Amino acid sequence: MTVLALLLLVPTGAAVLLAFVREDTFAALLNVAACAGTFAISCALLLDRPPVTELWLVDDFNAYLIVLTTFVMTTTAVFSAGYMAREVAAGHLPRGALRVYHALYQALNGAMLLAMVANNIGLLWVAIEAATLITVVMVSLSRTRESIEAAWKYFILGSVGIALALFGTVLVYLAAQPVIGGGLEAMAWTALQARAQGFSPAVLDLAFVFLLVGYGTKVGLAPVHAWLPDAHAEGPTPVSAVLSGLLLNTALYALLRFKMVLAASGAAATPGPLMIALGLGSLLFAGLMLYRRRDLKRFFAYSSIEHMGIMTFAFGLGGVLANFAGLLHMAAHSLVKSAIFFAVGGITQLKGTRQIAGLSGITVSHPALGWGLVLAVVAIAGAPPFGIFTSEFLMVTSAFPRAPALGVPFALGLLIGLAALALRLQHIAFGAATPSTSPRAHATAVVPLYVHVGLALIAGLWLPATLAAWFGAVARLLG
Amino acid sequence: MDQLSLAAFDYDVAHLASALVLLAAFGLLYQRRLPGMINLFALQSAALGTAAAWQAWMQDATQLYATAAIVWTLKAGAVPVGLHWLIRRLHSTRTVETVLGIGPTMLAGVGLIALAVLMVTPIGATRSALTREELALALSVILLGLLIMITRRHAVSQVIGFMCIENGVTLAVVGVKGMPLVVEMSVAFSVMVACILFGIFFFHIRERFDTLDLHFLESFRGEDR
Repeated sequence: MTVLALLLLVPTGAAVLLAFVREDTFAALLNVAACAGTFAISCALLLDRPPVTELWLVDDFNAYLIVLTTFVMTTTAVFSAGYMAREVAAGHLPRGALRVYHALYQALNGAMLLAMVANNIGLLWVAIEAATLITVVMVSLSRTRESIEAAWKYFILGSVGIALALFGTVLVYLAAQPVIGGGLEAMAWTALQARAQGFSPAVLDLAFVFLLVGYGTKVGLAPVHAWLPDAHAEGPTPVSAVLSGLLLNTALYALLRFKMVLAASGAAATPGPLMIALGLGSLLFAGLMLYRRRDLKRFFAYSSIEHMGIMTFAFGLGGVLANFAGLLHMAAHSLVKSAIFFAVGGITQLKGTRQIAGLSGITVSHPALGWGLVLAVVAIAGAPPFGIFTSEFLMVTSAFPRAPALGVPFALGLLIGLAALALRLQHIAFGAATPSTSPRAHATAVVPLYVHVGLALIAGLWLPATLAAWFGAVARLLG
Repeated sequence: MDQLSLAAFDYDVAHLASALVLLAAFGLLYQRRLPGMINLFALQSAALGTAAAWQAWMQDATQLYATAAIVWTLKAGAVPVGLHWLIRRLHSTRTVETVLGIGPTMLAGVGLIALAVLMVTPIGATRSALTREELALALSVILLGLLIMITRRHAVSQVIGFMCIENGVTLAVVGVKGMPLVVEMSVAFSVMVACILFGIFFFHIRERFDTLDLHFLESFRGEDR
């Protein structure tokens, strides 16, 4: 059995198994073990890449995303083990919900990995569709009025986005078919990229519009972002961490692969202006929205929209430097944002509220958790020496010389977001401590938090040469 | 019949079936009564199944027969029957409020079709006329489905709007020559899963809010209440 088959079979098998495990503590341990297993397999995949086949592909682009996905899924599983047990104890989840939750957690893991390793635009679409349906159920798990409303909104918007993305996928096949000939070959990334020169530019342009709106809905770009804050706020916090940290990245990955095909075709209009407009719009919109948020989870959900906007802007700008920065930002944001949700989950459970007004002085009452949050928010705000500073610095420096008219609003958007984060952080972290249910923060929240922040720090100070080489190679292909 | 007129006949039948799908989409846009919408959706799906079967015969593509069978049994059969059962069971209101009046809605629909034709025109010379026109029809159905979703507030009619979009996408899939089975299978699969999920959702929405009318959802802005 190949390593690649194992990578997909372990989560699938674990999902089936977990659907039958009634003992919650054991299920949580099994969940962590299955995630750790996929992480180990993905590391093995790095050392010995499987050959490219008609259906499967591991290259410079998705290799690091696969490892990132399995890693964040593992740390989130650790966080989730403690968090979900306390949610059940507090009566926030109906009986039997955890069994569904754990099975879906592994199914989501498998679906995202399938989306990454698929060398076929149809298979990728199926995987993202599956991931959407799985997360819809996860968001609705608590069965409260709000969670069902949020899941419904997510479901409807997500499904429409997915349907439009499929239409775009059909159009790409239509462009490829006369050149490559029919069959699976005309849906493979490798073939599409290699022979894109012959594709009809008109069809490719039309396709990209649908793909951008379709997968853009999943990325959470304004103005099709409406599902994102609700889903993040109402779903269990580990689901928020996975949504922000990984699923948005997966949708962006799909979009970037299609951008590579357009870049390789040469004749097609560059998708840059569209992506710049959506990215800049999301950045500015979400940045301003941050000031009006009174719910902590919604606050960080808008911050995710902002960061997806930043990445889309960078990739829209194009060029090796901006693309490199975008790829680095994908990794750093994924680590830091999930870390923030670990902290947020710990804090909301300790304080019994999500309202920012009711949260104050976390560093006083729970120093480990509080300072972890401070570090993570400083990192997400783009302050040195964390990875996000490096990527945003690269973006600003590549934007200004090439398009000062774009650089100014971009830098302004970054500053708006930074100020909002500083304002709220000051209130939450410092000042008089509000009463809390327990004097001690839970280790399952604190340890993964520091691991993620530590990695984001390393990404800012020293990027491994291999990773930098991969980023560089992919950045050139992205056009 | 000689070769030429046979080809022309093929072309006409393909067009007729696709145009019926579009016509049904217009009907959906117009219809206010829920049972009427469900019947129109069944009609649309039946026309889509016919289009798929005809394409299968024209292209000599066996997998498209499978698509046709799936569309006929699921979308034209099981789903409408299920939806009828659902609205009876839930004693749901029979007529649906629309956001816009019928006149403006129809005008918007016509505008969207014009947009679809304009968008597909640049594809032009590189493709056969049939592919291009099929694509324009499919895109029109997709855009009309979006409009149905936007102008209706009832959960069931939104679902029908969504499935209208899916029908449009399927119409595009069957119109493109030699698309591998992967996509058709996945479409069928997704419809199935989506239906199960929709069913669960209806029950929960019913349980929690005692209505299927979704306009109250608009008041939900999280913390800004």
